[in-house]
This record gives sequence, C-alpha cells and structure tokens, in this order.
Amino acid sequence: MTAVDTDILAVAREQVLERGEGLGQEQLLAVLLLGDDRLEELLQLAHEVRMRWCGPEVEVEGIVSLKTGGCPEDCHFCSQSGRFPSPVRSAWLDVPGLVRSARETRDTGATEFCIVAAVRGPDARLLSQVREGIKAIREDGNDIQIACSLGMLTQEQVDELVAMGVHRYNHNLETARSHFPNVVTTHTWEERWETLRMIRAAGMEVCCGGIIGMGESVEQRAEFAAQLAELGPDECTMNFLIPQPGTPYEQYEIVEGRDALRTVAAFRLAMPRPLLRFSGGRELTFGDLGTKQGMLGGINAIIVGNYLTNLGRPAAQDLEMLDDLKMPVKALNQSL
Amino acid sequence: MSTEFCARCGRVEADGDHTRCAVLLASIDPPRFCADCGRRMVVQVTPAGWVANCSRHGERTSTSPSVD
Ligand code: SF4
Ligand SMILES: [Zn+2]
Ligand SMILES: [Zn+2]
Repeated sequence: MTAVDTDILAVAREQVLERGEGLGQEQLLAVLLLGDDRLEELLQLAHEVRMRWCGPEVEVEGIVSLKTGGCPEDCHFCSQSGRFPSPVRSAWLDVPGLVRSARETRDTGATEFCIVAAVRGPDARLLSQVREGIKAIREDGNDIQIACSLGMLTQEQVDELVAMGVHRYNHNLETARSHFPNVVTTHTWEERWETLRMIRAAGMEVCCGGIIGMGESVEQRAEFAAQLAELGPDECTMNFLIPQPGTPYEQYEIVEGRDALRTVAAFRLAMPRPLLRFSGGRELTFGDLGTKQGMLGGINAIIVGNYLTNLGRPAAQDLEMLDDLKMPVKALNQSL
Repeated sequence: MSTEFCARCGRVEADGDHTRCAVLLASIDPPRFCADCGRRMVVQVTPAGWVANCSRHGERTSTSPSVD
C-alpha cells in the first residue's frame, strides 16, 4: 500500500476508527499535508475517532502557578525563564492562595487541578509547599483530583509525589526530538523522557504534550505526534505558541487557525485513546469559532479559566460551549 | 487612575502605539507594569483572576483593576 494510490483519510478510517490503531509518522505527514479542501472531512474523522474510542465526555481542568518566573532553564518560548528579559517577575503562591485556587477550580465543575512550578526540578522547599498545599486542599473538603507539573524528577521525588496522592504528572516533551535542541539548550529531550518513564513506572498517570508553532517543520510536527504516540500518555496537552515579550520567540507568528486544526486532528489520529487537551494559546490561535471546531475535531479535554502567566476565557463561557455541543463534563466519580 | 504607562509593555502611553497591548490586556495578558510609575509588578495569576503588586503603588486585582 502506498500513500499515492490510497487516500490517507480512507486508510485512517479503517486503521484508526475501526481498529483503534494510531497513524504512524509518514501517515501523519500525509494528513498534515492535506489541503484546506479536505479539512472538514479530516476534522469529522478525528471527531468520530474521539467519540468511538473516548466517548462524548470532556475532562475539565484548572491550573495554577505555585512558583512563577525565575526559572534557570532556557526554553525559548517561556516567559518564566530567568534568562530572558521577560516582564514576568518571580512570585510564590502561599498555601491559602493554593486552597482558594483549587476551590475556584472545583466550583467550575472541573475534576482536575494541576499545581505547576517554574523550575528545572523541585527542591525540598517546593515539595514541602506542595505537600502542605495538598493537605490543606483536602482539609478544605475539596476532593478534586490533583496533578502536578514540577519539572524533572528523581526517583525519590516521584515516590514522594505518589505518597502525597498526586494522581497525574505533567511533563511536556515540548516538540519533536529533532527540533528540541533548537528550543532548549539547558537540558535534553532524553532527560525529559526519563522523568516520564519514572512517572509511568510509579503508576502515576502521564500527561505529556507540547507547543505547536515554535519553528518546527511540518515533518517535525508529524515526528512529534509519532513520538508522543510511542510514549502513550494518558493525556496529551496541546499548546499553541503565544509569542511572549522578551523571549527569543517574541516575534514568531501565531499558528494559523486551519493549520492548528489540522494539527489537532492529526494528533487525534496518532493517539485515538488518550485525553487530548486544549491548553495555552487557544484563545489567540482559534478564537471562539475555532475552539468549537477543535472540540469537534478530536479534542476531549480543556483547561478552563486562567493559565500560568496568561489569562483564559471565563470558565462559564467554555462550560456554556460544551453545553451547546451536548458534550457532558466528566464527573469526579467517573474518573476515579 | 492615571495611565501614564502601558500596563503591558511598560512604555509611556503617549509614546508609540499601544493598540495591540490594549487588545492583549483585554484578552490574555494580565498587567505586568504599574500604570502609575512603569515599574514591573509581581503578578500572581489564579484560575479566576490575578493580583498585581507595585512596590510603590500597592496592589491591584482583576476585580478592582483601577484601584491603586
Ligand atoms: S523549565 Fe519550564 S518554567 Fe523553566 S524555562 Fe522551561 S518551560 Fe519555562
Ligand atoms: Zn504597550
Ligand atoms: Zn507603581
């Protein structure tokens, strides 16, 4: 079978929709190269795949930055790196602030609350803040599931997080392995992969994704989707570059809407089963209409409310959209 | 409230075009600079809001952005 004599969407229908087997790198490239005239058909197929292998529910999550800014790493997209003249100053959220944030998130009906810190990896102070924070969230009567994103971990730290009851860990590979050295020079893709391996081995759910629009080629987008599929995360988070003031990517273009939708659908065809989450940058890249199209093109999870250093749409607006789309918000007992 | 300085880029409002800054402040960016003195503020974004602190002019929040 060659890509020339077989239509890629017909292949995907049989392979992904019927058999639940994700597309490989070459096939994903063929999807990403489809013209705008096939976009609607592509989104429809990605939606069918999502409905068939995941169902209609949407997982809703809120996130908060526990430690903002001053990160020693040099991820070129990041406003929190201390190496760039970004306007973001260092800040620490105290435990009462964390409890309030978790409550604000729970009040939206979200089932996930992710605690994030801008660090290479956590130190003892950060871990103890997380431990106290989780304890206080529970004492507040909040049973929301707690995820963390605290950078690269040692085995002891992985074990500590498991003991704290953290059920999912986010650690993004950010971009294709071949493009990573252009984006980050202070640590490697392989170091990130190693943290992901330890998280998986410890029985935590793995959340891993990246950012589209960092100068990667279309081949590298296909490569990245295939690499994520190989990792097999429980959740894949899709961000679209927000060119942040002061960072090396300040002047980068925002990903064009149709290109972004094609990428969303391709990621779904690479990974039929995991949660595929709309994360940062969707407001700029997609707007209201594009967000809806994404929800009908493979996405089945969203972050509501604000992000780490950027603002999102009010949660109510997203919940109303899900209601319009007749997509039920996943309930807490369904995810336990 | 005086708005001498652009809360997004920190430059003097009267100087240059801040149309894009205004669009971003109304959508995805919290204020980063004090509108009164142009100092960089310490900003904490939370799921439902933000709090910004100028060392000279105190706290502003998303619910009372014009209060200094
Ligand atoms: S490690 Fe995380 S916080 Fe630090 S610069 Fe990279 S993306 Fe930003
Ligand atoms: Zn400005
Ligand atoms: Zn001031």
